[in-house]
Amino acid sequence: MKAQISGRAYVLGDSVDTDQIIPAAHLVYSMTEPDERRMYGRYALSAVPDAEAGLPRGGIPFVRDGEYASDYRIVVAGNNFGCGSSREHAPFALQVAGVEAVIASSYARIFYRNAVDGGFVVPFECARRLADVVETGDHLDIDVAAGTVHVRRLDETFLLHPLGEVAAILEAGNVFEYARQSGMIG
Amino acid sequence: MTLTETILAAHAGRDRVSPGDNIWIDVDTLMTHDVCGPPTIEIFKREFGEDARVWDPDRLVILPDHYIFTDDPHAQRNIEHLRAFAAEHSLAHYYDVGTSRYKGVCHVALAEEGFNLPGTTLFGTDSHTCTSGAFGLFSTGVGNTDAAFIMGTGKIWVRVPETMRFVFEGALPPWLMAKDLILTVIGDVGLDGGTYRALEFDGEAVFDLSMEERMTLTNMAIEAGGKNGIIAADEKTEAFVRARTDRAYTMVAPRADARFVYEKVYDVSQMEPVVAKPHRPDNRAKVSEVEGTPLDRAYIGSCTGGKFEDFVAAARILEGNRVQVDTYVVPASTEVSRRLREEGLHEEGLRGEGLSGGKTLWQIFLDAGCKMGHASCGACLGGPVDTFGRTHGTEVVISTTNRNFPGRMGSKQSAVYLASPLTVAASALAGVITDPREVLV
Repeated sequence: MKAQISGRAYVLGDSVDTDQIIPAAHLVYSMTEPDERRMYGRYALSAVPDAEAGLPRGGIPFVRDGEYASDYRIVVAGNNFGCGSSREHAPFALQVAGVEAVIASSYARIFYRNAVDGGFVVPFECARRLADVVETGDHLDIDVAAGTVHVRRLDETFLLHPLGEVAAILEAGNVFEYARQSGMIG
Repeated sequence: MTLTETILAAHAGRDRVSPGDNIWIDVDTLMTHDVCGPPTIEIFKREFGEDARVWDPDRLVILPDHYIFTDDPHAQRNIEHLRAFAAEHSLAHYYDVGTSRYKGVCHVALAEEGFNLPGTTLFGTDSHTCTSGAFGLFSTGVGNTDAAFIMGTGKIWVRVPETMRFVFEGALPPWLMAKDLILTVIGDVGLDGGTYRALEFDGEAVFDLSMEERMTLTNMAIEAGGKNGIIAADEKTEAFVRARTDRAYTMVAPRADARFVYEKVYDVSQMEPVVAKPHRPDNRAKVSEVEGTPLDRAYIGSCTGGKFEDFVAAARILEGNRVQVDTYVVPASTEVSRRLREEGLHEEGLRGEGLSGGKTLWQIFLDAGCKMGHASCGACLGGPVDTFGRTHGTEVVISTTNRNFPGRMGSKQSAVYLASPLTVAASALAGVITDPREVLV
C-alpha cells in the first residue's frame, strides 16, 4: 500500500452496484491475458447512467471513448458502494482503469472484501459525505498513515476512518501474502 | 447464539462466537461457475502452483450456468477452461455443458443435487449463494481470490455477523408469494439495511412455505446487503435433502439465548402484492400503486423466480389466455425444464402434479404465446449480446428476477420492475402492471 495516493477524483452517488462498475457482458474476458485484461479498464463504470456519471454535473465518461485507462485515480462515492453481484471483476476493473483508492460513505460487504483480499484498490471510508463536497476533477491527496484526504480546490482536509484490521492485508498485498506472513499457509 | 453464530462457532472449533469476531472457519462446500471459475482457478494456480491439488475434490462443485447459450467465443473458451480443470482434478461434481449432466442455475442445482446440507458452511463465487441458507446452513458469496484461497486450504476468514430476525406470522393468501415477502423486507430495511448482517427468517408462515419458496426468501438477502440468509431446518428440509443425497450432516437448532440486533414481525394475511420499481430492489411499491404502468416485456426466470413452483404459479394465470407483451420463460435448471414438459396444473392450483386437461406446463406457456428458453441464468444479468431475453433499448420489463439496477438486464436505458411470478403473469396478460388478485379465480 502506498503512503500517499494523489490524483483527480471521479464522483458517484449512492448504491452504485457492481453491474454498473463492470457490466456482465464484459465478464467473459480473461483477467490475465494482456489484450483481454485491458478491456476491464475500457468498460469500467460504463453502465453508470449518464446523469450520474461524474457528479455533480454528470455526463462525464469515466474512461474516454476508445481508451483503456481513466484520467481519475480516486473514486468518491456515497453509501453502499459496490452492492449487488459478488464479481471480483469490479474492484479489478477499477484497478485496471488506474484507480488506486475509493473513498465512500459505506461499502457493500463483498465488494469491500474483494478490494482488500485481492489488493485491487484501497477502500477508504469517510465520516463526512465527501460525494457532496468533492466535484469530479478535483485533485485529492490521501495521506494513508495520517488517515486524511486533502481537497486542493477547497484547501480542506477530511479525516478518513482507520483501515483497522484490514490494513495488514492491504499492507501485505493480498490475503495470500498476509496468510503466508502470519504462518497460515506455506 | 443464533443459528448463524452456532454454525460458525462449530466450524471454527469454538464453543462460542460473538458478532464482530474475526474467525477462521472450515468450509464444507465450495461452488463456482463459468464466470468466476476460470479466474478463480488462475489465482489458485498462481498462489499454490501449477500442480497444486484442490483441498478436497469431493467438496468442490462447479456448475456452469451464466453464459451457456451464446456464440461468444470468450464465454465458450471459459467453459473449456472449467472442463480441463475438472478433468485434471477428476472432479466428481462438475456438471458439463452439452452433456446430460448439465444443470443450469447453480443455486437451484445445489438444492436439487443435495449439496445444501443443514448445519454446514457453503461458499460460492456468486452473491446469490445466500440462497442455500434456506436449508439451515451458513452460505455466502465471495470473490475469486477468497474462492481460490478456499480451493487451496479449505479455510476462510469471516467476521461473525449480527443477526436480524424477520418473523412471518399468519396464513399466506393465495395471491402472495415469498417474493412479495422478501421485496417487502428489502423495502423496509433498504439496500444496505442488512450489510454485514445475517438475515434469519422465522415464523409459522415461513415454515408453511415449500423449500423452493423458502429459497426465494434467502436468495434476496443480498439485496438488503446481507451476508447470509438463513431459515432453521425442519422436517420439510430433511425430507428434501434425504430424497437427494446420503451425505452426512448435523441439524443445528436455534438456541434460546440467541440475541438479535433487529426484529420485525409481519402478519402475512395483511400483506399485499408488491413490486420493486426501477432502478433499485428496495424501491418498493404496492402493485395497486403502479397498476396500469405500460410494459414492453415480461420475464420469468432466474434463481429467484425460475424454479418449478414459480412456473406453476405463472401457469395458473396464463392457462387458456394470451400474453399481450413479449414474455420470456427461462427455467432455472434442466430439472425444472424437464418437469415443465412432463407435468401439468393440478385442479387445486399450486401443486403441479398430474396433467389436467392434458396440457403440460410447457404447452400452457407456448399456447399463451410465451417465448421458451434453455435452462441458465439467461437475461437476469444481461450477459453477452445474443442472450435470450436481454434488453437492448428502452424496454420496460416486469421480471421475476432479483435486481433492477441500471443495465442489469442488458441496456442501461431499460427499466425493470421486480415482482412475483403471479404478478408478472397477470401483468403479461394485460400488457400493463396488474394485481394478480384481478385475474386469480
